[in-house]
This record gives sequence, structure tokens and C-alpha cells, in this order.
Amino acid sequence: MNVGGFISQLLQVLIALALAPLLVGWVNQCRAWLQNKSAPSLLLPYRTIHKLFIKDAVVADTASPIFRIAPYIVFGAMCCAAAIVPSLATDLPFASAADAIALVGLFALARVFVALAAMDTGTAFGSLGARREMFIGFLAEPALLMVLFTASLISGSTSLPTIVDTLAHREFAIYPSLAFAGVAFTMVSLAENARVPVDNPATHLELTMIHEAMILEYSARHLALIEWASAMKLFNYSCIGLALFFPFGIASGGDWLGVVGAAPTLVAKLAIGGFALALIETLSAKMRIFRAPEFLGTAFLLAVLGMLVNLLLGS
Amino acid sequence: MNLSALGISPATVPAAMQARRYAVDPMQLLAACRVAWEQGGQLVALWASDDSDRGRGLTLHVVLRDADGLTLLEHPCPDAHTQYPDLAAIFPAAARMQRAAYDLAGLQAAAEDHRPWIRHASSPDDRFPLRRDFATSTQWPSGPEDYRFVKVEGDGVHEIAVGPVHAGIIEPGHFRLQVVGEKVLRLEERLGYTHKGIEKRFENMPIAEGCALAGRVSGDSTVTYAWAYAQAAEALTTTDVPPRATWLRALLLERERIASHLGDLGALGNDGGFAFGLAQFSRLREEVLRRNAGAFGHRLLMDRVVPGGVSCDVGDDDAMAMRAQCAYLTREIGVLRDIYDEHAGLQDRFRLCGIVTPALARTLGMTGMAARASGVAQDLRCDYPVAPYDKLAVRLITHNEGDVAARVAVRFDEVLESLRLVAVILDAMPAGDIAVPLRDAQAYRVAIGYVEGWRGPVLVALESGPGNRIRRCHPHDPSWQNWPVIEHAVIGNIVPDFPLINKSFNLSYSGHDL
Repeated sequence: MNVGGFISQLLQVLIALALAPLLVGWVNQCRAWLQNKSAPSLLLPYRTIHKLFIKDAVVADTASPIFRIAPYIVFGAMCCAAAIVPSLATDLPFASAADAIALVGLFALARVFVALAAMDTGTAFGSLGARREMFIGFLAEPALLMVLFTASLISGSTSLPTIVDTLAHREFAIYPSLAFAGVAFTMVSLAENARVPVDNPATHLELTMIHEAMILEYSARHLALIEWASAMKLFNYSCIGLALFFPFGIASGGDWLGVVGAAPTLVAKLAIGGFALALIETLSAKMRIFRAPEFLGTAFLLAVLGMLVNLLLGS
Repeated sequence: MNLSALGISPATVPAAMQARRYAVDPMQLLAACRVAWEQGGQLVALWASDDSDRGRGLTLHVVLRDADGLTLLEHPCPDAHTQYPDLAAIFPAAARMQRAAYDLAGLQAAAEDHRPWIRHASSPDDRFPLRRDFATSTQWPSGPEDYRFVKVEGDGVHEIAVGPVHAGIIEPGHFRLQVVGEKVLRLEERLGYTHKGIEKRFENMPIAEGCALAGRVSGDSTVTYAWAYAQAAEALTTTDVPPRATWLRALLLERERIASHLGDLGALGNDGGFAFGLAQFSRLREEVLRRNAGAFGHRLLMDRVVPGGVSCDVGDDDAMAMRAQCAYLTREIGVLRDIYDEHAGLQDRFRLCGIVTPALARTLGMTGMAARASGVAQDLRCDYPVAPYDKLAVRLITHNEGDVAARVAVRFDEVLESLRLVAVILDAMPAGDIAVPLRDAQAYRVAIGYVEGWRGPVLVALESGPGNRIRRCHPHDPSWQNWPVIEHAVIGNIVPDFPLINKSFNLSYSGHDL
């Protein structure tokens, strides 16, 4: 491990922490514009998180320690993920500790703890949300793995920096396998980040909620951490998507100056990605929950097709 | 309705449409309800009043409706210990009205279900607010709440309790769902959280002033309630309303319908996760409300209908602006309707969701706009058209599918029809006075007002006391009939579809809890 690598590693996590709420604010702003509404401030998510941190936490009498530690575990898992995903540079000392499969595991860990915490207080909505979340999760995870495998086949490695390095330095061409995987990844990301059409982050109808139903009992700093972790999750997923399918502009050396140079490109790419997300959300209605298997099954099928195209046609 | 076989003779009730009144004993009450049911009649309202100050004990009032008009059955009970026959076996909608009648006036039906309905833990069992000897200032500490919901037992069945406090800012109501996985086996409602003693407040109010209170029973139907009250008050005092006032009332009523339907159409899109719909329909609704504020001085048209007429007139400029707005809204709604109809995701949520078959709708006595989506061809504006609807030829809109999509379609059709009516009314409105003073009322007379609002028909029964004051006033919201229907509509649907089904009915809590 060299000093430059360490600095770029640190920078990348800090930038993820700092930019994640901004991405959420940007998506909300775009969505408001697309719906002819005047948009909330770009900085609103920061203010929300700040407000939640200075409030007093209320914890249910029936809550066990799992309920209290879950927000920290989830937040920690998202920080780890931010360190693994090559969003700014590929020379990341920490990245060799975990590959793409471990990354999926990290997301799964966070999911399990949120679900456990939701069931912990024994409310009807908590278990309702937890049940639905696991239902979505067990369909989304295989599809996500298949997408990552497709990318791994091209580079011959499950290590994310290697995959991104390989993809970024091939000659410019359109890869059918990656196109399939890209569509599949978009669908999985919508489901995993509780966005329309699978879940609705803006709903006030408690009976239709998935992710929101699980965190109804949280308040103050716990809720702040969960909100921030959700923003980080969206940020991480966006970065995985950008790294796999639009890998240009990512610094490949261990030079921390290169990392700083890669930041504006990342911000520009995220802005476009955030707008695309808002567009998808505006154009879709929320699907019935039992349509989710069809939706995620399609994602899985597309990912498998991408893999087959890669294996059989070698493209 | 022909009740001559029962050997009782009718008296005429002052009302805008034909209404008859019969005094009945328990056997005649049951027989009359059976005859009404067999002839395709419906239960409109049921309430009790305390007539002990006139030495008569308590009286049960039942209003039935059929093709001939309204029938008011009055069943005197000598004291509070007398039970009257259970009408729920004939009209299922009667069950909750009977429970509420006991909670408020202490007159009990010979029914099995004696759980309180309006009364919650805070009222003692032996005090009834609508008794003459009840002081409104009475206070007592709240007791423990012990309401026994019906439970479903079995492997994997569990219970979800929702409300009365919800995640959004909506009216309070409690819903107890028994589910297996996501499938709803049973829903039970618990209402009464917005009970505010409106019927008690009406007592001894001057008849002319009661209209403002009636207009606040359910804020989203303020014109409907105010008109129904005004109809009753005018019938009671034999006041003739100037023709222009009736046309203005129809204008206000149709504009209330337009605003409500537009709001609902947006909310239904939003509940389906299609926020674009909410944004667009909210914009259109806002334009209607602003035009209301500009032309009539109130966005929601509160206190515009007064006994004897209306409190505001329409100038030429405003009429012109409203005509232009009708054309504009018709165009915009057409575009949005195409978007709704062609949106696969939204239609997937709406279609086959929360079905109420026409047969079920008839059995349960469903009424109003929601019933028209289940093939019940009823609309007071067509069935018993009072002025000016007798000159307007309102198109009766029905759909037969009975699902959320049908209730959306009825709203689209009705809002377009109302836009047409607004334009027609503006063109055909006669000139003249807009209000006359209310004449004096004879004491101890009963009159009925009955107006088709956007949600359904609203009934106001008004009884005069001495000195032009109200002795008893019972406002009846169509939600009474339709709340129990939702319990049937959600059976077999999945839990996340319940809010959508509930919204597609959009029933009033305030109008029901009184």
C-alpha cells in the first residue's frame, strides 16, 4: 500500500459521503421539474440529516439492541461499499480485500439488518415491510450477481478495479453483452433503491410501503444514519453502473491528483444518471407488488442473455 | 311506494321532490321495509330523536327511496327500554345507523351487534347526547377502549392495524385487516374519531343560521349540504326561491363536483405511484378554485348557498371567464384522460382492483358516484330533477365493471358532463333576484332536503321547534351506505391495493361521524 493509494481511497469515501445526499437532492429536484412543480432545494437532504442528528431519539420499549445497532451496521456497510466501488480511481488498496461478490454480500448484510430491526419492534408495518424487502431482495440479488459476472467474464476477474480497468482501456466499441447487462442493472437498481416502479420513496400510504415501512419506528440520529445510508446506497449503485458501463474518466494510477481530476467527470455523469432516474420515475406508475417477480425475473433473464452472448459470441 | 296494503295512510312531507310520511308500529315498520326492498327501494337514512319534552318518548325515523320518491317512516317508542325491530336483515346498511342511533339517542334495535359505533371510550354507557336532558357542557374522563374486532383464525393469518393516525395528513379512521401474506381475508372499519356533536349543535339554532353549520358537516361537500339544508328550510317555511338562485345553486354544485373529481383523479394517479397525474390534476383543480374565489369570493364555495337563495351573483366578466375555463378544462382533461388510459402501469393497478359487482352493490344499498361505477343507475339530478335540473337533461353516467378503473371512468365522464352543464347554466340562467328572506316556520313540522353531491345524495331532515328554531336536524352523508361496501370490495385483494381502493371511493369521515 502506498501513500497515494491511501489518499485516493480516503478521498473516494469522503466524496461518497459528501455527494450522496446531493445526488438524492438532485433526483428530487429533477422529479419536481418533470412534474411541473417548483423544486425543493438541492441541499434539502443535508438539512434533513442535520435536523435529524440534533433531535432526541425515541426508541420503542420493546426494541432490543439489534434495533439500536442496525443503523450503524447499515451505514458502515455502505461506507465499506463506497471504498470498494471504483468511482474515482481503480488503484484502491482496500478494493483487493473484497471483490464484486463480496460487494453484493455487503448490500445483503445491510438489508438483513434493516429487516431484522424492522421486525424487532413487533409492529405490523415493520414485519410487513421486512417481508416485502426480503421478497424483493431474493429476486434482485441473483440478477445483480449475473450482471457482475457478465462484466467479470470480459475481464476475467471478479475484482472490481480490474474489471473497470479492462473495460476502460479497451478500444471503443459497443458490446452487446454489456448492453443486456446494462438494462438488467438499471432494473435491479430501481428495485434495490426502493424507487418507482417497485417502491415509492415519496408515498404517505403506509400499507404500500416497502423500505419506508421498515424504518417507520426510527427517529433522530438513527433515522439520519439510515437516510444517509440510503443516499449512499443510491450513490454506490450509480457508481457501479457508471464504472461498468461508462468507465471513461476514472483515474487508473495511484496518483491522488488524478483522483481529484476524476471528480468533475463523476459529478457530471451522476447528474445525467440522476436525471435519467427521475425521468424513469416520472414516467412509471408503481407496479403491484406481485409484478415485482416478473420485473426482476426479466432483469435476471437479460443478465443471463448478456452472459450467454459473451460466452457464445465472445463479444 | 305503495304501502296501502299495510292499512296506513300517508301525510305529505314538505320537500323538493315527492315525499310521504307514515306513522308505523313495529310490524308495519318491518313490513314497509320489506315491501320497499321487494320494489327495488333503498334505505336512505335512519336516526332517532328524543320527543320526551312533548310527552312521546323516543322516535325512530327511517327514510326509504324508490322510483316514486321518498318515504319517511316514523316509529314512536314509548320509552328507552323498548327495542325496535332490526332492519339490517333487509337493508345491511342499517346496521351501523342503528348502532349510531343508540350511541347518540339511546334507542336500541333488537339486533345482535350492540358494540358502540360513534361513541368511543370517552363517553359513559348511560349518557346519550341527543337526549333532551343532556347538557352540552358535560365532561368526563376517558375510559379504557374495549372494542372487539372480528378475528380470523388459522395458519399464517395475521392482523394489521392501520390508523386512526396515518402516515399522511388525512382524516382519522381505523382499519383492521386480517391477512395471509399479502392477501386480505377481512377488513373491519372503526370510525367515529371525528365525532364533534353536530346534531346536538343544531338543536335550538335559528333555522336561518343552521345552513352555515350544515355547510361544515363535510367541507368537501359544502355546497351539497348547504343546498340540502336550504331545501329543507325552504320547504319548512314554504319560501319560494327566485329562479335565478336555483340556477346559481346548480352552478355552484357543478363547480364543486368538478373541483372534487379533479382532486380525486390526481390523488388516484398518485396512489398508483404516478405522481405526474397528481401534479397535473392539482394544477387544474387549483385553477377551478381560483376562479371560484374570483367569481364567488370563496375557493370552496362555503356559505354561498343560503336559505332563501344564494349570497353571490355572477357578473358578465366572470361568466365569460368561466365559459373559457370550461373549454380549456375540457381540452386538458381529454389529454390527461388519454395519458391515464394508455398508461399500462397505471391501468394494471386500476383494472380488476376492488371490484364491487352490480349485484353486491344492490344488496348492500350502495349509493352515489361509486355505485354508478357498479351499474347502479341512480342520480337525483336525473331521477327527481328539481329546478333547474328539470331543464338541464343531465346525462346519467354508469359503468358496470365496479373496479377502481370504473370509478375513475365515472369521475372522468362526470367531470366532463359537469363542465358541459356549467356552460349551459351560464347561457340559460334567467335574470332576477338571487335571494328572498326566509318566512316563518310553523313549530313541530318536518321537511326534507335531498341533493346529489359529487360523492352521492346528501339528505337533510329538519324539524322545526317553536320560535323559528331547529328542534332536530339530521344530516345524512352517502358515506354511511358506502363505508361497509369497502369492507367487501377489498376482500381477496392484496394489502398495498387497499389505499387505492379506499381512495377510489373517497368517502367522508367527518360527514359520517358527525
